[in-house]
Amino acid sequence: MKLLNLTLKYLALSFPIFVGAWAALFYFNLVDEVEDSLDDGLDNIKVLVIQHSQSDPDILKHDDFRERNYMVREIPESAALLQKDQYVDTMMYMINEEDFEPVRMLISAFKHNQQYYEVRVISSTLEKDDLVEDIFYSILALYIILLVSALIINNWILKRTWKPFYSILEKMRAFNLEKNPDISKTPSSIHEFQELDNRLRALADHSRMTFLSQKHFLENASHEIQTPLAISMNKLELLMEQEALGEKDLPKLAQILQNLQRLSRLNKTLLLLNRIENRQYTQTEAIDVSVLLSQLVADFQDMAELRGKRLEMIVQDTWPGRPWDLNRDLANMLFSNLIKNALIHGAAGTQIIVDLYNDGVSVKNEGAAALDSGKIFERFQKNSADSTGNGLGLAIVKAIVDVSSLRLEYAFSSGMHIFSVKKS
Amino acid sequence: MKILIIEDESGLRETIEESLLKEKYLVESADTFRSGHEKIIRYDYACILLDIGLPDGNGLDLLRSLKEMGRSDNVIIISAKDALDDKIEGLELGADDYLTKPVHLAELHARVRSVVRRSQAQGQKFLEIGNLKMDYEARFIFVEDQALELNRKEYDILAYFMSNANRLVQKSTLAEHVWGDFMDESEDFEFLYSQMKNLRKKLQDAGANIEIRSVYGMGYKLQEK
Repeated sequence: MKLLNLTLKYLALSFPIFVGAWAALFYFNLVDEVEDSLDDGLDNIKVLVIQHSQSDPDILKHDDFRERNYMVREIPESAALLQKDQYVDTMMYMINEEDFEPVRMLISAFKHNQQYYEVRVISSTLEKDDLVEDIFYSILALYIILLVSALIINNWILKRTWKPFYSILEKMRAFNLEKNPDISKTPSSIHEFQELDNRLRALADHSRMTFLSQKHFLENASHEIQTPLAISMNKLELLMEQEALGEKDLPKLAQILQNLQRLSRLNKTLLLLNRIENRQYTQTEAIDVSVLLSQLVADFQDMAELRGKRLEMIVQDTWPGRPWDLNRDLANMLFSNLIKNALIHGAAGTQIIVDLYNDGVSVKNEGAAALDSGKIFERFQKNSADSTGNGLGLAIVKAIVDVSSLRLEYAFSSGMHIFSVKKS
Repeated sequence: MKILIIEDESGLRETIEESLLKEKYLVESADTFRSGHEKIIRYDYACILLDIGLPDGNGLDLLRSLKEMGRSDNVIIISAKDALDDKIEGLELGADDYLTKPVHLAELHARVRSVVRRSQAQGQKFLEIGNLKMDYEARFIFVEDQALELNRKEYDILAYFMSNANRLVQKSTLAEHVWGDFMDESEDFEFLYSQMKNLRKKLQDAGANIEIRSVYGMGYKLQEK
């Protein structure tokens, strides 16, 4: 969730509470004020009725409301003495509305010429349910107006305030140790953003320094290891050319040499893995995978033949034929390692199929049983039955896939190991 | 034929020197950028083996100097760095070949021979060993002026042996040279067996007076009978 939306979310959630509370308060105040005002009016009329009844006894005969807003009727003394001024909300039939409507009524009692009378004065009052409804809709409108204005404020003012922040974020996203290691200064008048920008650039510088020194260390280490290895290997080669060497010594020297060669290759392969993982192969280009694969299949044809295997490439009709955006060296390594892996394993007389279809590329070779898909891509993972190779081939494949926005899948079906590379 | 080795690692330099001396080349060596540069200014060489990472300078700068002097000495870069950029830059600066350490001596000899031969305008067009004669350009090998019928791989194998006559050629080196990097390091190289069998038969049928001897299962050696 974006920062801007987050504020909006909290506002949207908290507005109803505040606005609702305010609405309730408003409602009760309003009703109170209206009733107070009505009651004053009713009281006034009551006083007038009592006063005028002194001079106009006809008033005392108005024992019904009819067109008036008061009525007077005789009551016994006992009832009159108990009667205090009493305001009640009640309903009365209104001819114009053809319905019962709420009225405010004052009931009181007075004494005239030794006779007790009850007076009732009415006034049309608020229709409270209508009021509640009106208030609800007004509040809803207010809420929407508040939200919309908050949205506008967020988008106009906050966005402007947070601009340096998003600019810094964008620079971080574009940051790449190899291709784009420099983060330019983001101007801002806000202290926190200045601080963030400074710290970030310091961090980027530090990462770059670490990356470079690591890179140099790796290259130097490889160089330092490679040189004594090279010397030892060449010395051994010279030694082995000497005629004086006997039948017993030569195979031993050959074994030493072979192991040194193995060590040397291992060193190179590990360096390569590190380079791939450090994303040092970043230059990508549009690669027609079918062209690349047909070249590789042709290159490996000799090796397949020598190992008594058939290597075939099948381009299905569903193959889209669009080029893939890859680093050429990595693409080469990726597919040649997969093909090599298929060639090394399995018995003579079997078939290896490079299959291009709608989803991606699969390299299939015949095998006896499924491999442990959790382990096969780990470094130095060897199938003990035929441990040629150094166990790094598939680790390289995995490393390449991970840096190339590709997916790697392994499946075993109908007697075939299937390694698939798909675009993710 | 004079060859200059510019390499700071004494062990490596001496080994290469010794190996080249066996091939009857005149060998000079330099262990620093400065001494290498002095030698280059003073003499012409048929081939210069150049290490890029020298303690007092970058070997690529020596290539630049050669280019500025308008010299066309053959240069083979030997680098510990398997860095593609170095390779491309080196070749652009006029290097003839690029080898990555560790270098098999057999491979080095083949490259030196090939580089030296190419530079000699009308020089060695042929390489003769025993009654075998190899025509580099036409890619033919003759036994007593009778061309051997070889397929591409067989030609590559025999040519490699002829470039390394009387020298032990290991199976792994041969496989790497002929089939490229596709071979894994601890291959059994059994596939070489049938190839060698066919090649030997063709040589014998043609009456060649050389033989390719197996050396204790680890390699082969081409020798005159």
